[in-house]
Amino acid sequence: MTDMSPHQGSSAGHENAPARLGYSPVADIAHKPRATDTDPKAARRAERQVATMFLLSMLFVVLFVVAYIGIDKTTVVYIPVLGEVGASNVALGFTMGMAILLIGTGAIQWAKKLMPDVEVVQQRHDMASPKRAALEAEANYERGKEESGFARFRIIRRTLIGAMVLFPIPLVVMLRDLWTPTEFTEGKSPAELLSTTMWTPGMRIISDGTYQGAHSEVDSGGEMAGDVEAAEDSIAFRPIRPEDLPVGGLIAAIPQELPEVEHEEGNLNARGKAAIILVRMEPQDIRSQQGDGWDYQGILAYSKICTHVGCPIALYEQRTHHLLCPCHQSTFDLADSGNVVFGPAARRMPQLPIGVDEEGYLVAMSDFAEPIGPSFWERG
Amino acid sequence: MTTTSPVEKAGGATATYVDERVGSNKFLSRNLGKVFPDHWSFMLGEIALYSFIVVMLTGVFLTLWFKPSMAEVVYDGSYVPLKGILMSEAYDSALNISFDVRGGLLLRQMHHWSALIFIAAMAVHMFRVFFTGAFRKPREFNWLIGVGLTTFGLLAGFSGYSLPDDLLSGTGLQIARGIVQAVPVVGTWAAFLLFDGEFPGTEFISRLYGVHILLIPGLILALVTIHLMLVWTQKHTQFPGPGRTNDNVVGYPLLPVYMAKAGGFFFIVFGIIALVAGLVTINPIWIFGPYMPDQVSAGSQPDWYIGFLDGALRVMPNWETILFGWTISWNVFIPALVIPGIIFTVLGLYPFIEAWVTGDKREHNLLDRPRNAPTRTAFGMMAITFYMLLWVGGANDIIAVAFDLSINSIIWFLRVALIVVPPIVFVITRRTCLGLQRKDREKLLHGYESGRVLRLPHGEFIEVHQPLNEKELAVITAKHDYVPLPAPDKADADGVRNKHYRVQMLRHRLSEFFYGVNVPKPTAAEIEAGQHHAEEQAAIEAPLHEYEDSDVIFNAHGGVLHHPGMAKTNAEQVEGVDQRH
Repeated sequence: MTDMSPHQGSSAGHENAPARLGYSPVADIAHKPRATDTDPKAARRAERQVATMFLLSMLFVVLFVVAYIGIDKTTVVYIPVLGEVGASNVALGFTMGMAILLIGTGAIQWAKKLMPDVEVVQQRHDMASPKRAALEAEANYERGKEESGFARFRIIRRTLIGAMVLFPIPLVVMLRDLWTPTEFTEGKSPAELLSTTMWTPGMRIISDGTYQGAHSEVDSGGEMAGDVEAAEDSIAFRPIRPEDLPVGGLIAAIPQELPEVEHEEGNLNARGKAAIILVRMEPQDIRSQQGDGWDYQGILAYSKICTHVGCPIALYEQRTHHLLCPCHQSTFDLADSGNVVFGPAARRMPQLPIGVDEEGYLVAMSDFAEPIGPSFWERG
Repeated sequence: MTTTSPVEKAGGATATYVDERVGSNKFLSRNLGKVFPDHWSFMLGEIALYSFIVVMLTGVFLTLWFKPSMAEVVYDGSYVPLKGILMSEAYDSALNISFDVRGGLLLRQMHHWSALIFIAAMAVHMFRVFFTGAFRKPREFNWLIGVGLTTFGLLAGFSGYSLPDDLLSGTGLQIARGIVQAVPVVGTWAAFLLFDGEFPGTEFISRLYGVHILLIPGLILALVTIHLMLVWTQKHTQFPGPGRTNDNVVGYPLLPVYMAKAGGFFFIVFGIIALVAGLVTINPIWIFGPYMPDQVSAGSQPDWYIGFLDGALRVMPNWETILFGWTISWNVFIPALVIPGIIFTVLGLYPFIEAWVTGDKREHNLLDRPRNAPTRTAFGMMAITFYMLLWVGGANDIIAVAFDLSINSIIWFLRVALIVVPPIVFVITRRTCLGLQRKDREKLLHGYESGRVLRLPHGEFIEVHQPLNEKELAVITAKHDYVPLPAPDKADADGVRNKHYRVQMLRHRLSEFFYGVNVPKPTAAEIEAGQHHAEEQAAIEAPLHEYEDSDVIFNAHGGVLHHPGMAKTNAEQVEGVDQRH
C-alpha cells in the first residue's frame, strides 16, 4: 500500500519555513520520498555529482583557452560524421559548450536531488484593482480635467489635437531623401529607371567572366543541364562570335561596357538589369519570338532576371528549351517567345534583339522592348 | 536571520544599502518565495528567452568585427578560393570573422543557431499557449505581445540573414525587393526609397544593419520585458491536478528550486547552442560566394521561418492584372503580403474573437486540456496544417529531387491541398477530441478497465475496474461544460423589435459551433439514474469485494471509483488477494 501523505520525506526545516512565508505544502498531492531524502549515502553521492560537474566546467574553460592559443585557425581535421572541419571551431565550440552546459546540468541535478521537491501552494489575487482604486482614479481624472480646463477650452483642445496630428510630418517628409538621384539617374522616375537597361543598338555582347576561379555551386538538378558557368572558363569577358556557341549551348553574357562602369556609379545595378543569357537552338525549333528576326541564326538572347520577383535564372533544359528559376520554379519556354509555361511568374522573359556587327561579333540591336525583372505598379 | 560568513555579511550590507535607496526589500520579501508551477511545456518559453539572450550576446561580439558596408574591396584573407575576388566590405568582414578571427566562426554559428532556435521556440511556445487556452482572460495582452515578438523575430532573422551579403542573402533581398515592388500604388517608390534607388544599390546593408542591431532588438527587448512582467504579476497558469484550483498556484518557490532550475536551464540552452555551433555548420557563406545580382545557386533556400512565405510565393497561381495602365501583381502581393497579414491578424485577434463568440468573461488560471476545447484545438490544427503545407511548398524543389517527383505535380497538389486538407484536419481533430472526452467520461463512470480478469467463486469471469488515482480524477473533473449562448428573440415581450437581432444571431450560431460539440461530464442525475444498475453490479461482484476493504465507493455502473485500500498494481493486488486467502 502506498502512503499518500504529502509530508513524508520532506525535511523538517522545509515544512516549518513555508508557513511563515504564506504558503503551505499541498495537502492532497502524493509525494514520494527520493533516495536522497532517505539515504544519506545517496545524498552525498548527489552532492559529489553536482560538484564534479562544476569542477569539469572549470576544466573545460581551461581547455578552451588552451585550444584558443594552441590550435591554428587554418587547421582542418577529419572527424567521423562531421567530415572535414575547422579544428579551432570544433575545439572552441566543444569546450565552451561543455563548460556552460555542465553549470546547467549541475544546477538542475542540485535542484532535483537535494532541494525540497514538495510542491507548495500560493493564493492568487484578482487582477482587477479594488473598487476604491477605480473610484479614486476616476476622481483624480475628473479633477485633472476640471483644473486643466480641457473640456471647457474647446479651441485649445482642437488646436492641440491638430498640432499633435501634424508634428510627425517632418519626420516622414525627411524620408524622401532616402533616395537621392545621382548624376546617372538624374531626372528619371523610378518607373523609367526600371524600364531601361544599358543595352544600346550595336553594343557588343561579351561573355561574363566575373567568376573566374571562385564560384558557387551550380546544381545541374537531374535533367536540367546547361551549367551557366561551365562554358565561361575559357572565354572571360570576350566578345562572342556566333560560332562560339554550339547548338544546345547556353552562356551568361553582359554588355561590353558594363565592366567599365564603376561600383559607385551603380555597376551592380546596371548588371542586375542588363544580364542576359544566350542560347542557341536549331532555327526550326524556334516556334515564336517576341519580334521578327530577333534571333541570329538560332541564337536567342533573353533577360536573365526572372519576371516573378527578380531571381537570376540559371537552369536550362536543353531538350525542352525550358528555363527554370531556382527560387520559385517559374518556367519559361525559350523556343516560344520566353512565355511562362509553369509557376508563379505572370510575364514572359523579355527578349533582346540581336545581330552581328561588321567584325562578326554578336551585338544588341536595341534595348529590351519591355521592362525586365519583377512587375511594378507603373509598368502597365 | 543568522548570517555568519563574511560574504553573507557583505551581501546583507549591500542589500540594506540598496534597499535604503530603492526600497528593494519590499519587492524581495514578496517575491523570493513566489511560487511557479512546474510542467515541461512551460520550458518552451524559457528556451525562447534564453536563446534570445544568446543571440544578443553573440550579436554584440559580431558587431566588433562586422563592417556593414557595400563598398567594394578585394578579398585577401585566409580563405584561399576567394582570394583576389571583388566583394563588398560586408562579405569581406563576414569572411574575416569566419576564418581570421579565432572563435569568430563559432560566434557566427552560435548567433545563427540561437536565432533559429529562438524563433522555433517562440512558435512552439505559442502552440502550447494556444492549445491550452492560456491566452484567455486575463492574459490576452500577453498573447498580443507574443504575436508581436514572433513578428519581430521573423524580421530580426531575415534582416540578419541578409547582412553578410553572400549570394544567398542577396538573393533573399532581391526577392524582398520584388515583393515591395508588388505593393499596389506605392511599391515602386517604397523600393527606391528603401534601397536608395535600384537594386542592389550601395546603401541597403548599412541601413539594414541599424534595423537589425538596434531597432528590432530594442523592440523585442522591450516586449520581452513587458511579457515577463505580466507573467510575473498575473502569475503563471497551471494544468489541473490535485489541489490546483483557479485561485491558487501550486509549484516550487522561486528561491531556491525555481531559480536553480530556471537558471540551470539557461546554461543548458546556452551550452547546447555552443555545442551545436561548434559541431554543425550553418550558413557557410564562403561556399556561396559574394553577391552578384545576376548569379544564383540552385536549391536556394531561406531559413526555416521564411519557408512558409517562400512556399506561398511558389504555390500561388500567376495572376496579374493591368487596370487602366497600372499593374497589380496578385501573384506576389497576395502570397507575400496578404496571406501573412491575414495569418498574423487572425492570430493576434483570436483571444478576443473566442471571448466574444463564447461570451466567456471569467478569469482563467487553470489550463484547458486541448481535448476539452475541441473547436479551438481543431482550429489550431487547421491553421498549423495550412502553415505546414506552405512550408512544404517552400521546399518543393528539394522534395522533387529527393523523391524524384515532378515539381509541377507537387505545386498542383499543394494548390488543392491548401484548400482541401485544413478543413479535413479540422473535422478529424474535433472528432478525436470528442473521442478523448468520451473516454474521460467512461473513466469517470467506470474507472479504468484494468485488464485483470477474475473468476468469481460461482464461475463467472469479470474484468476488474480499477479506480482512477487522485491525480487523474482531479485532471478529468477539472473539465468545465460550457453552454452555447442562447438564441436571441426577434422582439421582446412587448413586441419591440430587437435591433441587435442579426449580430446576436451570428454570435449565437458561432457559439453553437464552438460549444455545440461536447461530451458532458457525468452529472449528479446521471449517477442517480445509474444507481440501480450499480446495485445489481455490486451484488454480482460481492464475492470479489469481500477480499477488499469495506469503505469502497461505487460509481453508477459498478466500477470502483475510490477506496483507500486498493492496490496500485495488478501484482500487488493479486499478492494481496493471495495473502488474505
